[in-house]
Amino acid sequence: MSLFGLFKPRAATAPVARERLQILLAHERVALGPDNLIAILRDEILATIAKHVEIAPEAVKVTMGQQGAVSTLEIDVDIPTEKITASLARQMPTKAVA
Amino acid sequence: MSKVVVVTSGKGGVGKTTSTAALGAALARSGNRVCVVDFDVGLRNLDLVMGAERRVVYDLINVANGDAKLAQALIRDKRVETLSLLAASQTRDKDALSEEGVARVVAELRGLFDYVLCDSPAGIERGALLAMRFADEAVVVTNPEVSSVRDSDRIIGLLDSKTLRAEQGHRIQKQLLLTRFDAGRASRGEMLGVADVLEILSIPLLGIIPESEEILRASNVGAPITINAATSQAGRSYEDAARRLMGETVPMLVPGEKKSLLNRILGRRAA
Ligand SMILES: Nc1ncnc2c1ncn2[C@@H]1O[C@H](COP(=O)(O)OP(=O)(O)O)[C@@H](O)[C@H]1O
Ligand SMILES: [Mg+2]
Repeated sequence: MSLFGLFKPRAATAPVARERLQILLAHERVALGPDNLIAILRDEILATIAKHVEIAPEAVKVTMGQQGAVSTLEIDVDIPTEKITASLARQMPTKAVA
Repeated sequence: MSKVVVVTSGKGGVGKTTSTAALGAALARSGNRVCVVDFDVGLRNLDLVMGAERRVVYDLINVANGDAKLAQALIRDKRVETLSLLAASQTRDKDALSEEGVARVVAELRGLFDYVLCDSPAGIERGALLAMRFADEAVVVTNPEVSSVRDSDRIIGLLDSKTLRAEQGHRIQKQLLLTRFDAGRASRGEMLGVADVLEILSIPLLGIIPESEEILRASNVGAPITINAATSQAGRSYEDAARRLMGETVPMLVPGEKKSLLNRILGRRAA
């Protein structure tokens, strides 16, 4: 490092800290907040699916991710194929028979 | 009417214990009956900062479990008559503390004191949740630094959901105490500024405490800064914060800067 480098003002890092915090906390407040959006979504998605297909509670996975300033919601549902066929048979008996 | 105030932060080492002692002593010096309670079971420190470490016989756990009477466990400060300490246990772990036990102790303290200040352990686990559980108000201690601000945000969320007051549908008052603040570094953009932290956490500001050697000196000799060096900059900042906690309106000074924060904001707007 040259001697001049010692006197050069260093770039302010506080604005970076501030921006990173704003993005991170916007995400965390939703994910961990008092109303816990993830748990609510999970419960409601599970209830909706369970009306039509027999499903185990742990088959629904809801996760929130983050890419830069964008939050993503990932919903992963495992339903065994035989359960789908069974419920289709119940709903549309004529077609299922045909 | 008695007020129970939790001094909390999420992150460790930000100044909760220092602030509990300083605010407690300042409140007591202005005539309030004050008890400072150490909830940091297993890692007690408030007794040391208060200079009462050799006088601890019974502690919070003994009283909560009914092994000792509150009157036996309360340690009266030798300098300020209206100030008392209830120490934490050094040997037991935090599971030894039951919620019912804490509820009983806090209820009894309410009958004896104007202010009960609960010094929270770090973290967001059982110990921290018990410290905030029966609080009417919270002082959120934050350093102008990313991880401290993030943890404070988390704690604010817990105060709004896990305290008894919140569960009963009441609002819990939360105020920010910005500690270890360095005006020079903030103005050079090396450290988050007061306005940055306030904007991010969006709770009212109780006070700004400068980074100060006086704090270390006070803890060395076992005296809250508001007793040991009440007229130092840090001492005065804590005195002002204590007055705001009592509901007084005190102009907000940024330590290390001449103009008040209000003037600065107004000045900037006018420019
Ligand atoms: N304003 C301050 N200026 C300088 N040192 C401080 C200040 N506030 C706290 N400290 C020091 O920081 C350390 C941690 O403080 P403490 O009050 O024990 O934090 P906590 O209870 O949040 O873990 C102690 O050594 C204390 O003396
Ligand atoms: Mg502490």
